[in-house]
Amino acid sequence: MAAEPSTARRDEGENPLAEGLERLPVHPTTLTIFGATGDLSQRKLLPALYNLAHEGALPERFNLIGVSRGESSDEEFRSTAREAIQRHSRRDADPKVLDALLAHVRYARGSFDDPAVYEQLERATAELDTEAGIVFNRVYYLSTSPAFFSVIVSQLGEHGLDSHDGAEVRVVIEKPIGTNLQEARDLNAAVLDVLEEDQVFRIDHYLGKETVQNVLAFRFANGLFEPIWNRNYIDSVQITAAEEIGIGTRAGYYDSSGALRDLVQNHMLQLLCLLCMEPPVNFSADEVRDEKAKVLHAIHPPEPDDVNDMALRAQYAAGVSSGEAAKGYREEDDVPDDSQTETYAALRLEVDNWRWAGVPLYLRTGKRLARKVTEIAVTLKPVPHLAFARDGGSVGVQPNQIILTVQPNEGASISLGAKIPGTRMKIRPVNMEFLYGTAFMSQSPEAYERLIMDAMRGDATLFTRDDEVEAQWRIIDPILSAWAGDRGDVIQYEAGTQGPEEAARLLLHDHRWRAI
Amino acid sequence: MEGDLSTATAGGVWSARDTTPSEIESALRDLLKERNAASDDFVPGRVLNLVVVADREWRGEIQNRLDRVGRYHASRTILCAVEPRRQTIDARASITAEGGGTEGAVAVGQEDVVLDLGPRHLERLATIVDPLVVTDLATLVWSPHGHPDAVDSLLPIAQIVLIDSINEPDPAAAISRARQLAERAYIVDLAWLRSTPWRERVASTFDPPQWRSELGKVSAVTARHRPDSAVAGLLFLGWLCRRLQWGPASMLSQGGVRLGTAHARRQDVRLRLEPDESMSAPGLAGITVETASGMSISLERGEGGLTARRRDRRGNEWEWTVMGASRGEAGILGEGIRQALLRDRSYGPALDAAATMVS
Repeated sequence: MAAEPSTARRDEGENPLAEGLERLPVHPTTLTIFGATGDLSQRKLLPALYNLAHEGALPERFNLIGVSRGESSDEEFRSTAREAIQRHSRRDADPKVLDALLAHVRYARGSFDDPAVYEQLERATAELDTEAGIVFNRVYYLSTSPAFFSVIVSQLGEHGLDSHDGAEVRVVIEKPIGTNLQEARDLNAAVLDVLEEDQVFRIDHYLGKETVQNVLAFRFANGLFEPIWNRNYIDSVQITAAEEIGIGTRAGYYDSSGALRDLVQNHMLQLLCLLCMEPPVNFSADEVRDEKAKVLHAIHPPEPDDVNDMALRAQYAAGVSSGEAAKGYREEDDVPDDSQTETYAALRLEVDNWRWAGVPLYLRTGKRLARKVTEIAVTLKPVPHLAFARDGGSVGVQPNQIILTVQPNEGASISLGAKIPGTRMKIRPVNMEFLYGTAFMSQSPEAYERLIMDAMRGDATLFTRDDEVEAQWRIIDPILSAWAGDRGDVIQYEAGTQGPEEAARLLLHDHRWRAI
Repeated sequence: MEGDLSTATAGGVWSARDTTPSEIESALRDLLKERNAASDDFVPGRVLNLVVVADREWRGEIQNRLDRVGRYHASRTILCAVEPRRQTIDARASITAEGGGTEGAVAVGQEDVVLDLGPRHLERLATIVDPLVVTDLATLVWSPHGHPDAVDSLLPIAQIVLIDSINEPDPAAAISRARQLAERAYIVDLAWLRSTPWRERVASTFDPPQWRSELGKVSAVTARHRPDSAVAGLLFLGWLCRRLQWGPASMLSQGGVRLGTAHARRQDVRLRLEPDESMSAPGLAGITVETASGMSISLERGEGGLTARRRDRRGNEWEWTVMGASRGEAGILGEGIRQALLRDRSYGPALDAAATMVS
């Protein structure tokens, strides 16, 4: 039986049955995971697929193919996948759903540069089409070392797997997209030599988090914020991504990456984009990404001589974290004794456009800081005249702050000045808080669940476009170059603290870093 | 209240006999203050008020059902347990919290009030419950054991009514009551929610463009249902009629099977509602859609999801599993509570079409 050709493009009018459904239909899909037995696949991707299956959210017809270098058979891979799902799923696995998910899973073994792997894939996908009597869309998920991204895409192209009659073919690429601007350009060029940009889904899993998406909801669904969201009212912005943990067992990756590449170049600049972008005409992928790209283009990459003035790096030294003695970075397993890799990075950036000119945007991230928090703090300018006596007992009349917390207590708060109860007019700051958990009483879905579905659906809104990635590197590259040429020893900060005191030198005016 | 044996607070639970709404409201405020003072990480949930009216003898069963709804639950629940001949109101209020305990974590509080009251209170139930709901939050009313007078009384303070149309033995009466309530509040009907996976799957099946054109050729639809769940089938058929712009006609009953037609642009569509005695869970048991070109799609409950079968005009057949875990009745109720905060614009038109089919 030949498979009936299909196209996922909506060229025959909208499906009248889809209107009003909370979950829109997704075209039948065969998902191939490269690196299927790797850590990301085991911890995130396979559990995410299970949870989507549990909720009935996967396409009504769905096939999974694992590709990996490990010796394995279909049956062994099924067993590995089952174990990973049972161990890492956010909910207990229903055995019947798990059986249904894994029943037809296939496995292709081999090195990613081995043409035989792609021949196996070609056969397997064709067989799945024939067995079902339809043509499945193809999604290739590259959950491998970045070194293999261009190899795999090139092989897909050489074997004609980059397109298929009657089907959409999409490729999902994990970060990092290069380790500097040139590598990112080379990788993008290699990928786009084979694929069209609308086939490429570059994952930044931060964008899949509900609270990150909520930054847009806060800004553009509330008349309260947008009128003041500009240089006339905003004094400064601080974006913080702090962790209380060290590098754990990731020394191999982390020591060659560092905080700037690991978090600032991608996640934190994306947060900055969402915070600073203009309202898009609509929430289609390109409209949103056009606006984000404009923000990145409005940030001037620093000149080499300016780097020291606007960026700071540091490394954690031994200290006490969460009540326990914590090793310094250089004492961690597999980290060289003379490592200069930063575990803390802080930057001061400016978005040179009409809305943001002159507003300093401070970004900082670090490991082994006082606690885990990812937040955006927007500090408004002070009121022009304070009618209340400064020395009359007021406990610091402070400019209002709007805090958007991404994790762990997802939500938003606004600090306000309020009168202290009593007979005198004394003011102190109070917080008006919104906590996601208290307002929805539900847990947010895992970012990967959302992003996998979006990739299968072909919605790239929450994925990073090639020009965004390159614009991000354009900002970060000069800092990396300057740091690479710096012969001084990297600043040390005690584990479990607020980070290096030297970070204060990045701050303008009388600004202070918010307590972590 | 000190020394008054009719009122007591112990272990974060307040209770009182022969009490009043203002005393209960005051007790809730005190409990909240106590919890806030006891731990910095406590934050009261502020999502939804749920007012449940239930028979006193089934109070425990209702509480168990609410305990099992999982992720989605109201932040303040007021359970009105109706006891025959009771003249006074007894009340119990408590606050429980989930989470917290670690640095930076938040313990989200859930408030529960149980009122024991009598039939005489039902006509004026809104005046009793109004002081107890959190202002500015949406209020959902659920009355699983009937008590329509209580529901009617609560409509001025409620924005949403949760019903389960399969609880009414006569489908026509169930649909009529749902339409009546829909004029005054937003309705979440569990009978409708039970059909959601089926609607999603049928929509998915016809989503590929080469099959979408088959929607114009549908010649027959059969919905199989548990014998008491004809309303779920009627709502499903009503949804298809409205979405595909078919004009349904009144259905006739023959030996328990309901038969009817709907007028489509190209041809009449045969509609069939068939009870399935083997079904244990409420709701739909299966769907079959046939087209004039000889294609048919059927969905049946199966292991790990729905078993789908497609047959083409040449007689070729394919079978596969559409994955999804059974939500169970607790999950359906949880989904009903979640839906209270959303707006599904498909239900009303489907209900209207179903009304035509049972007229």
